[in-house]
Amino acid sequence: MTAAALLTGGLLAPALVTVVGVLAPAVVARNVWRLARTALLLTLPLAVSILLVNVLFFPGGQEVIFAVGPVRATVEGLRFAIETLLRLAAISGAISLFYLTTPPGELAVDLERRGVSPRLTFIVHAAVQTVPAMVERAAAITAAQRARGLDTEGSPWKRLRGLLPLAGPVLLGSIADVEERTMALEARGFTRPGRRTLLWHPADSGGQAAARWLMLAVVPALVVARAFGLLDWMG
Amino acid sequence: MLALESVTYRYAGATRPSLRDVSVAFGDGEVVGVTGRSEAGKTTLCLVACGIAPRTVGGTLTGRVLLDGEDTAPLPMHALVGRVGMGFSRPATQLSGVAGTVYEEVAFGPMNLGLPRAEVIERTESAIAALRIEPLAARDPRRLSGGQQQLVSMAGLLALRPAHLVLDEPTAQLDPAGTRLVGAALGRLAERGASIAVTEQKTDLLAAIATRIVVVDEARVVLEGPAADVLADPALEGFGVAAPAPIRLERAAAAADLPAGAIARLREAAAK
Ligand SMILES: Nc1ncnc2c1ncn2[C@@H]1O[C@H](COP(=O)(O)OP(=O)(O)OP(=O)(O)O)[C@@H](O)[C@H]1O
Ligand SMILES: [Mg+2]
Repeated sequence: MTAAALLTGGLLAPALVTVVGVLAPAVVARNVWRLARTALLLTLPLAVSILLVNVLFFPGGQEVIFAVGPVRATVEGLRFAIETLLRLAAISGAISLFYLTTPPGELAVDLERRGVSPRLTFIVHAAVQTVPAMVERAAAITAAQRARGLDTEGSPWKRLRGLLPLAGPVLLGSIADVEERTMALEARGFTRPGRRTLLWHPADSGGQAAARWLMLAVVPALVVARAFGLLDWMG
Repeated sequence: MLALESVTYRYAGATRPSLRDVSVAFGDGEVVGVTGRSEAGKTTLCLVACGIAPRTVGGTLTGRVLLDGEDTAPLPMHALVGRVGMGFSRPATQLSGVAGTVYEEVAFGPMNLGLPRAEVIERTESAIAALRIEPLAARDPRRLSGGQQQLVSMAGLLALRPAHLVLDEPTAQLDPAGTRLVGAALGRLAERGASIAVTEQKTDLLAAIATRIVVVDEARVVLEGPAADVLADPALEGFGVAAPAPIRLERAAAAADLPAGAIARLREAAAK
């Protein structure tokens, strides 16, 4: 989907990709609101800056909408900004959709079933799982430090300063953990060479497989179509 | 039997050994308590006994570590898995980090061994039953209490079916309720015939579960014998280990010149 959004230029295409490729499956999965929120949170700062920079400073813009001093908002800039934003929407929508619909455990098991090394899937999986653990640990340390009179609320500057003593324990704690974690993993045979037993296979319907093949097929199709100029009509 | 024979071990980069000429044996069906002050070398003794030191952490070892009479020196770490299980004191760091449920967490070891699926399931379920954590099986292991997590990781070790278990302060981070849970579980494990070495500073717990006690100080074994004898040994406190509460109570009563009947009544009251 991300690739599709990058390949198709113009206004119409990324909008189409967003609707067909991201929104429609999200509706099916009843996830539209969470999806919209995640995608927005993910890209809002980027989107705002894209909009401002392009509308106000687009090089060679002719049709001026309004001008304040040296800054001129141009139609070309606006058009380019909207184009970029639509692509961004498709990309962030696709990533968010993936994140919301794919539990890390299932992804890891499936990758391993398909022959990806258990160590590699472990790293990805453990990393994804560790983020909430680190957030929880940070919350616990914040609470402990606040109990000892440390300021973690109030003005942004105060909060930033409050973060410094937090960074130490969170990071050092994680590093000290790593050594013991490694030993514990080894003691449980994780480094044994050879295949591991997998307990279960994630459900994989014919429909899901078909959708994957379709998505894979669409990308080269778009490359070819774009190379031959077949998509120019889209704007 | 898991035995260390005149083992001297030095961590990589350390100036002096953390174990000096240590000889101990952990017999089958025995719960051996290993105690001693902080920095005495208890954790090091565990790491050496189960082969993690020097295999995973490096360092130099002289002397022999014998597993049922076999010298372990030529064996790689993964060959020891399933023969010696090692538990650590911090509950959270022992979780695999990739299991979404307690069931998968317990199954992690047998899965790593590449056992047939049916055997993985059989071992997982019997380990869960042995520690009586069936009600937790479907829960997320990261969201359990420390005591529950410790039981889950013990079940994970048990599912590897090791003949020897080495547990480093399994109750260090637990509250009294968690400590009782783990203590009871240890007792049940010993009945199954495994040798269990458990380091512990809580001598009250050792009094309840250990058959034999080894005291370590400054990298050496300084005291060893049947649990009751070692715990009552006046030298114990000199090695930085507090005697169990009943023994301290008795000593305090004797020092205060209380009549013998009073001591018995005090003990009764303390037991309640
Ligand atoms: N990774 C290491 N590298 C170098 N020296 C170490 C390492 N780990 C422990 N030591 C040293 O080895 C000695 C014994 O430490 P060990 O952790 O075995 O003590 P312990 O009896 O388990 O203490 P505690 O009750 O605090 O857990 C200490 O002097 C310690 O500083
Ligand atoms: Mg220790």
